[in-house]
Amino acid sequence: MEKGEDKHEEEQDQVVNPWEVTAKDGGKIDYDKLIDKFGCQRLEEPLVDRVQRLTGRPPHVFLRRGVFFAHRDFDEILNAYEKGKKFYLYTGRGPSSEALHLGHLVPFMFTKYLQDAFKVPLVIQLTDDEKCMWKNLSVEECQRLARENAKDIIACGFDITKTFIFSDFDYVGGSFYKNMVRIAKCVTYNKVVGIFGFSGEDHIGKVGFPPIQAAPSFPSSFPHLFSGKDDLRCLIPCAIDQDPYFRMTRDVAPRLGYHKPSLIESSFFPALQGETGKMSASDPNSAIYVTDSAKVIKNKINKYAFSGGQDSVEKHRELGANLEVDIPVKYLSFFLEDDAELEHIKTEYGAGRMLTGEVKKRLADVLTEVVDRHRAARAAVTEEMVDAFMAVRPLPNMFD
Amino acid sequence: MGFTKEQLLARLKELGIKFEQYDHPAVLTVEAQAKYVGDKGGGLSKNLFLKDKKSRFYIVSALADTKVDLKVLSQRLGLGKGGIRMAPEEALGQLLQVPLGCVTPFALINESARYVSLLLDKEFKTQPHCFFHPLSNETSISVQASDLDKFLKSIGREPSYVDLEANPPVGKDQPPDLAILVPSGTIDIPDAPENSTSSQAVSEKSIPVQKKCTPASVKSAKPSSADPNAKDKPNNAAPQPNAFVESRLFVDEILKKTTELLLSEISTLTEDVAKQEALAKSVRKHLAPDLQNLTVMFKNTAYTQGFYAGSNCQPKRL
Repeated sequence: MEKGEDKHEEEQDQVVNPWEVTAKDGGKIDYDKLIDKFGCQRLEEPLVDRVQRLTGRPPHVFLRRGVFFAHRDFDEILNAYEKGKKFYLYTGRGPSSEALHLGHLVPFMFTKYLQDAFKVPLVIQLTDDEKCMWKNLSVEECQRLARENAKDIIACGFDITKTFIFSDFDYVGGSFYKNMVRIAKCVTYNKVVGIFGFSGEDHIGKVGFPPIQAAPSFPSSFPHLFSGKDDLRCLIPCAIDQDPYFRMTRDVAPRLGYHKPSLIESSFFPALQGETGKMSASDPNSAIYVTDSAKVIKNKINKYAFSGGQDSVEKHRELGANLEVDIPVKYLSFFLEDDAELEHIKTEYGAGRMLTGEVKKRLADVLTEVVDRHRAARAAVTEEMVDAFMAVRPLPNMFD
Repeated sequence: MGFTKEQLLARLKELGIKFEQYDHPAVLTVEAQAKYVGDKGGGLSKNLFLKDKKSRFYIVSALADTKVDLKVLSQRLGLGKGGIRMAPEEALGQLLQVPLGCVTPFALINESARYVSLLLDKEFKTQPHCFFHPLSNETSISVQASDLDKFLKSIGREPSYVDLEANPPVGKDQPPDLAILVPSGTIDIPDAPENSTSSQAVSEKSIPVQKKCTPASVKSAKPSSADPNAKDKPNNAAPQPNAFVESRLFVDEILKKTTELLLSEISTLTEDVAKQEALAKSVRKHLAPDLQNLTVMFKNTAYTQGFYAGSNCQPKRL
């Protein structure tokens, strides 16, 4: 298994890189330590307020609850925006499986909010080539998965007049490839091994992949969209485990005469069994999938969601729930819009006046609503719509 | 006050529409009508006044020998099987303002028939002229199909010609081909049991199902979503032009109209302004996210269809 930069430090330290996320000693991920080590910044309250002022609408749930908690140069983006200079969004997905769970949707839900709130265009990269190289899947299978995942992504509600979705197998070439080569020339083999932990046994496909994920950070990679706009800044919403790619990109950018891309990073979505558990595609009970019915959701939450409540009702009423480890409350903080209600639940549950069952029921309702809405939107996505989103076409209204 | 036969005929003359007029004793059926004008050439029309489960009304005007299967029509309109039936008599009087046996496309001249959808038999175009009642059972006039179109356009209607005998499959991958002809506003006849508010909310939801709707029909749907039978309400300002570009504004417009209507309806139930406000707020809060999603999907669908059409467009033939 690849390890991150901490390979050279204590072996039991937490590991966070694009291919592995493990906490120290089976505990929780220490985000403060992570921010420290990666060198990014905390997304503080004043920045969230600034977002509210600039966009004229309440900030997204994920900002209010600290789900997106770290950034690099997000304040630069806001400074430029205030002066009337727009930016574009870049996010992506590695289509390794057909089954998408709620954790997968988090970055897309947030990106949709950013698109709507700031009225900016978005490019979405489907790294079908990466999955082909890292998971033992055929090229054709990865391309198929990319299209299937595209449908779920589209169902999150992106505006087709401002969104370009592309798969690496389809799009790499032309100006995009030119940028890939420019980037590759700036990163030594030693550097990439240091960042991503490649070994002598890893095939060269893996070693050559990072420039592909870096290239979309530069507007010249999309001449059909941003020709003549070399000055356009890029904001990348992603989970914090993707930071290594963009550390590398930010290092390269000034050498190529481009702006450094800014990042806004989220924490990890916990598995049902708890923060220490791993959400894995092989264990369907570790997550809520977008294809789950209301019954399945209710069942999964009741049976598998790790509870911070006490063993008995009496004990619970006396001691209250342990909100630190309670998964239902954690999930509610992601998906329950109403701040006041969440506060109320935390207070009552923490004091032992509310029982685990009630919290789980509320969660089941909230998640069912989210999943149902997604499913309905997904049903409306046609093959033609996917083709249209993925067509290399100009987006004349992308800043409207 | 509904138009009279004389007023209609005067209007036709104004429009320069040629017609032959035949007066006869009152007739209630096509057979009876045939006795008087059956030998004059051209096609006799049979006219059905129909209603669906959501109180939307349709006139189906066809040549007398065209077979009209209501079950098939219902499916093609996207109403499911058996979603459409003959409209009740009182609707005839209230909406079309014509007597029994006198259903005719010309009834659309009445303001009350604003939301009645008209389906015309494409076979009309094969006839040199066709017979319709000019708002009276005691007369039949023969007009050319093109002149009927002229009349319809003059009252702001686009003539929709349909192959009424066709029976295309309707399923998951084949959307109902006539769905576009379903009116977007529902009509509340005072003695009908449905609440106009709930049917309005429902009619908004039905929009995304009709995948063939174009943005143009969205534009026309917006003003008509106001309840025609609403009690005195302040005159609503026209939607901002950006309402069609940004989904949030679009949804705001819809919610504004919905809550205004809701408030005017419930103001009869409770005087408590605070309660009214709370209710309006609750409607907005609960509907907004769903409507946002529906709106974005609608926009994406429309764009996709345009994109498909554009990319398959043939160059102009010289």
